[in-house]
Amino acid sequence: MTTKEQFDAREFQTVIEVSGPLMFVDLKGMGGVSYGEIAEITTTSGEKRRGQVLDISKNLAVIQCFEGTSGLETKDTICRFLGETMKIGVSREMLGRVFNGRGEPIDGGGGIVPEKILDVTGAPINPSARRYPKEFIQTGISTIDTLLTLVRGQKLPLFSGSGLPHNMLAAQIARQAKVLGTEEEFAVIFCAMGITADEARFFRDDFEETGALDRVALFLNLADDPAIERLLTPRLALTVAEHLAFEHDYHVLVILTDITAYAESLREVAAARSEVPSRRGYPGYMYSDFSTIYERAGRIRDKLGSITQIPILTLPNYDITHPVPDLTGYITEGQVYVDIALNRKGLFPPINPLPSLSRLMKDTIGKGSTRDDHKYVADQLYALYATGRDLRDLVAVVGDESLTETDKKVLEFAELFEEKFINQGYHEDRSIFQSLDIGWDLLSIFDDPHRILKRIPSEYIDKFHPEKRDEKIDFNSVDI
Amino acid sequence: MIAADSEQVGVIERIAGPVVQASNMLGSKLYDVARVGKEKLVGEIIRLIGDVATIQVYENTEGLMPGEPVFLTHAPLSVELGPGLMRQIFDGIQRPLPVIMQESGDFITRGIEIPGLDHKKLWDFKPSVKEGDMVVGGDILGEIPETPTVDFKLMVPPNVKGKIEFIAKRGDYTIDETAATLITPVGSKVDLKFYHEWPVRQPRPIQSRLPSTVPLITGQRIFDTIAPIAKGGTGAIPGGFGTGKTVSQHQLAKWSDAKIVVYVGCGERGNEMTDVLREFPKLVDPYTGGPLMDRTVLIANTSNMPVAAREASVYTGITLAEFFRDMGYDVAMMADSTSRWAEAMREISGRLEEMPGEESFPAYLSSRVAQYYERAGRVLTIGSQPREASISVVGAVSPPGGDFSEPVTQNTLRIVKVFWALSKELASRRHFPAIDYLLSYTLYWSALEKYYAENVSPEFPQLRAEALALLQKDKELQDIVALVGPDALPPSEKIVLETARMIKEDFLQQNAFHETDSFCSLEKQYLMLKTILRFNEKANELYRRGESVVDIFEHDIVTRVARMKYIERSDVEKSLNELMKEIDGMTIVRMEDAQ
Repeated sequence: MTTKEQFDAREFQTVIEVSGPLMFVDLKGMGGVSYGEIAEITTTSGEKRRGQVLDISKNLAVIQCFEGTSGLETKDTICRFLGETMKIGVSREMLGRVFNGRGEPIDGGGGIVPEKILDVTGAPINPSARRYPKEFIQTGISTIDTLLTLVRGQKLPLFSGSGLPHNMLAAQIARQAKVLGTEEEFAVIFCAMGITADEARFFRDDFEETGALDRVALFLNLADDPAIERLLTPRLALTVAEHLAFEHDYHVLVILTDITAYAESLREVAAARSEVPSRRGYPGYMYSDFSTIYERAGRIRDKLGSITQIPILTLPNYDITHPVPDLTGYITEGQVYVDIALNRKGLFPPINPLPSLSRLMKDTIGKGSTRDDHKYVADQLYALYATGRDLRDLVAVVGDESLTETDKKVLEFAELFEEKFINQGYHEDRSIFQSLDIGWDLLSIFDDPHRILKRIPSEYIDKFHPEKRDEKIDFNSVDI
Repeated sequence: MIAADSEQVGVIERIAGPVVQASNMLGSKLYDVARVGKEKLVGEIIRLIGDVATIQVYENTEGLMPGEPVFLTHAPLSVELGPGLMRQIFDGIQRPLPVIMQESGDFITRGIEIPGLDHKKLWDFKPSVKEGDMVVGGDILGEIPETPTVDFKLMVPPNVKGKIEFIAKRGDYTIDETAATLITPVGSKVDLKFYHEWPVRQPRPIQSRLPSTVPLITGQRIFDTIAPIAKGGTGAIPGGFGTGKTVSQHQLAKWSDAKIVVYVGCGERGNEMTDVLREFPKLVDPYTGGPLMDRTVLIANTSNMPVAAREASVYTGITLAEFFRDMGYDVAMMADSTSRWAEAMREISGRLEEMPGEESFPAYLSSRVAQYYERAGRVLTIGSQPREASISVVGAVSPPGGDFSEPVTQNTLRIVKVFWALSKELASRRHFPAIDYLLSYTLYWSALEKYYAENVSPEFPQLRAEALALLQKDKELQDIVALVGPDALPPSEKIVLETARMIKEDFLQQNAFHETDSFCSLEKQYLMLKTILRFNEKANELYRRGESVVDIFEHDIVTRVARMKYIERSDVEKSLNELMKEIDGMTIVRMEDAQ
């Protein structure tokens, strides 16, 4: 506990510099301020804002101001250090509520009575305490369920770009996500960083329409909100997610959008501190910083809940080698690539499975979880679609005269695959069995399945091929 | 972990992220460990100016305050070397993660002080020297059966020698008990415990280096046949995300024929380490029949754990590897990924406001990388009865955007002798392992050729050369096909394309998740390659006799060649020899002939 004197000593009216998102405070050699501590800044007009200590010595504190530095000056601005690091009061009651980027309710519903007050930085999960994620989440989207299976506790980003319907895709996943055989629903934490008010409204309306709003908590830092606040918003959201998952056994789906805007704020602070920049001006520690967000997904042994993350990235110029998607890809367990060419063709969702990947899929799918033929169907669809796309390129150059009959069939397959499999309605919720069966229907255009479908063992062709199925067996079962 | 010497106390002056400056630090040495703040966070001194020391802190520094004390230890960052390392999982500074979990729960909190080894466990020690013997550093005093597959050898620490005055009798001891007492040549007494400490940044001494002439057998066809690494060699696996770096590293850790495996997860995903922890105890070591975990040490410093400890983790790993090498074992060390280590250096360097080098990596990046890989090698150990042993190091590199021209990849390639290039293009075609067979190289082949000729088959080098030539020719032809289509090629070249496809699909592609295919013995690799090349010969012969290329490659035997990889180990020789005989007798039966 701090005494009255110490408390007073923590208030300073000695701001010596304000530049960019940073404020420099002369501590007059008094010290007593710790690294990472939260400062409350009172402007001349009496407005209160918050900031965090980034660099501290006895004489100088460098503070990053979450709510912007405009209106701050070096004469009368008062900076009081609160003696604690950034914390948030968390509660189950936060579901169904809307908060700003600083975690304050903005839906007019009154304050939250916290069950616990937690540090927003969070601590790394001990790798020995993690449980390996292997529970299948059915999103109802064929491309994801079949080829890029989402798993409870996974972090699977959407790599998208300007003008692509990643928001609709994320909303559809949030709406349809469920685990087979259970009635448990996901709690959704929606964390907006720098998206427009329109985009935020889209999500809110969508949750409202489907009656999901009471199991959603929204944290909104919009495009016109202070940019530096974005560094805080995902940490607040994830702290709430951890509380819900590991104290209240919720399965939490966290949607983080847009990571690119987050990275820009990170760059802004780094530039203001004149740090040595790394690629494209982003700070050298961006990988470590990203990991403190992404690695908060997962499962813990002995705990029932889980945190699944779907970060959304708008790739600048659709460039997958840009530092933001690149560093993300090294941390996340795969990526879902939203493709501009497929979008131009009018397909929804325009997911291109070829550059996409789900790393946790291999241990998740199969008998008892999805269906026994899942792995082989997925491999086969992927392989044929890849060949089909190659052939398409070849035909564009040399024409289709040199193609064999099989090649022509494969080309046809690729077209049908896009039209029937990738393409589905925004409100269409396909079960994994439906998705696999659509896959089988497409595969059955080949006359000689045993020769063409090399990735599927013969016994599976005999059992699952639409022309060979035993009428008496119900193929809508994980036990087949 | 080293206890703090409470005598002298420094004072924190400034905190910026993981870097702390403290004054009143006179008398401390560079790379000494300091305990920072009231919580005694572990840190290491990385710069000294006057009495001001700059310390990199291995734990989260939030909440530290200028004015808090810094305790000096007067000892460099060290690890405890003794029995109990096997089967363990440590963080970057050798704190056992399961013990951290018992102490602090599911999340790693800070200020936890845990020794690297279990100081309470009893070990069954059997001495192999007697009182009165003269011993020097590296000599073996006795053995402890640490796991069913690994015998721990208690050694005299380097830089110690003398006459044994006392040696513990056979029996159960904790590591803190006295194992032996030596009278040194100057007459003083030295008590040796069952463990000793060694600074991680200092290589352990060796007698001499030996040439690398034996391959590290990995059971992976692309490695063993195309670009093998020698025991004591160094290799790098660079690749963008999703190309299979980690799976390749896991495969090496699982199947390489090293006696000991040290696996360092440096700044990678938490779930991946959990996967290793979950999977390794279940897997059977193909060489000993025991669980793989019995010969494995894991070091996990995931990406969200403190960055300075990530920097230390590769040194912790290589020091443990050296310790096992000194016992006389062949050790394989995997570091996944060295890029994260380099980035940790960059981050610390940036905080120190050092003048940046290329891509803002510190200018000393290349020398650090070189020093690290130089700790690998096949050596004659110290001791009066030197042993031949080796450390092979394979580092994964994660180049930004998959671009190999970046500094970490380039600095690594300057040092290592094996380059396994992961290719995004192969990965997107699901050709796994996605290692580019043309871009990858090994500089050990001339040294290893003899081994293959003597131990596998005299014709192996020839077969390998043929396969490589075919793949090269295929590459050239593929460029033509991309321009003008496959029809423009003459039939003889179509055979090259088809055979190369067989080599790629039926030989180089290997399914890491298939029980049988995950590991492929050298003998099986040889027979598989021989079968494919035999088929190539036969195809050329049939073509010269007027058969069409399409008919030849649609023959039933082709399907059987494709299934070679799934043949059980015990049937390999018989099945493949039969298959080759059938290839020799192969004819094309046309519809009209049959009628």
